[in-house]
Amino acid sequence: MSAHTETTHITPYRVFVTVWVALILLTGITVSVTALDLGKLSTFTAVMIASVKASLVLLYFMHVRFEARLIQIIFLVTVISFAVFIFLTFADYSFR
Amino acid sequence: MTQACTAAGPNHEHSGHLEHYDPVANRIGMWLFLTTELLLFAVLFIIYAVYFHDYRPGFELAAQELNRTLGTLNTVILLTSSLTVAMAITAMQKGARRLCAGLLGVTIAMAALFLVIKSFEWQAKFDHGIYPGSDHMVDLSKGENLFFGLYYLSTGLHAIHIIIGMVFLSIVLWRVQSGRITAERFSLLENGGLYWHLVDLVWIYLFPLYYLIA
Repeated sequence: MSAHTETTHITPYRVFVTVWVALILLTGITVSVTALDLGKLSTFTAVMIASVKASLVLLYFMHVRFEARLIQIIFLVTVISFAVFIFLTFADYSFR
Repeated sequence: MTQACTAAGPNHEHSGHLEHYDPVANRIGMWLFLTTELLLFAVLFIIYAVYFHDYRPGFELAAQELNRTLGTLNTVILLTSSLTVAMAITAMQKGARRLCAGLLGVTIAMAALFLVIKSFEWQAKFDHGIYPGSDHMVDLSKGENLFFGLYYLSTGLHAIHIIIGMVFLSIVLWRVQSGRITAERFSLLENGGLYWHLVDLVWIYLFPLYYLIA
């Protein structure tokens, strides 16, 4: 794994700028969608938009898309652990 | 783990000695640390989810107290600072050291601006008697108390991470300027960037959950 320095992926500036524009647009969308008052759906929508933004930051800014397989696995294990914690917590709280 | 990539610092006069430099391993170490950070904040989000489920009206009432304009402004500041630190890495990879240093400087300045805005927000809450244990808080409902308690805990822990990130990036900037971080050897810059993006990542969720539920 140590001999790959010369093949390191360089993300062009324009990719970062494009991602940033998308993040700013999504921020604008999430702020204006809240003003619509979608009731119960509004929190769900806000979390979904936040997750799209988080994915963009992870994949491009944090380079996960072009990262070593082991780092991608480490990240996925974290997300799956979080999902299990959420599931177990709500399985407990919902049936008390 | 950051020590792993700075360990060669004192030997940097012998710039031919690159045999211990393994950027992928350095990033793996950083990512292992970041997973613990992610799960630390994840616990706060689970606590939030449970109490939001149980005390939704109180949460929605309390969230009206937060300043949505300042929250949105801080979101834009953090997203932009994430852009500049990401571009700093590309600049270093292309050998543009001065551009890299400039972008890092802008990132640190935006981090400071975020903290200034955050402190104005907290000050405004304090002035309205909204802080844990205040006389005013005692009169509020349980849901509102839980909301503000979690608000201070989450944004406070996040602010501590902003401060650590500023220190981290300042060390990176200093090492870029002193020539110890180069286009061939820039793990510390990459890991500083990763840490800063984590701070951004957490805020991406804090913002809608605290500012946009009213």
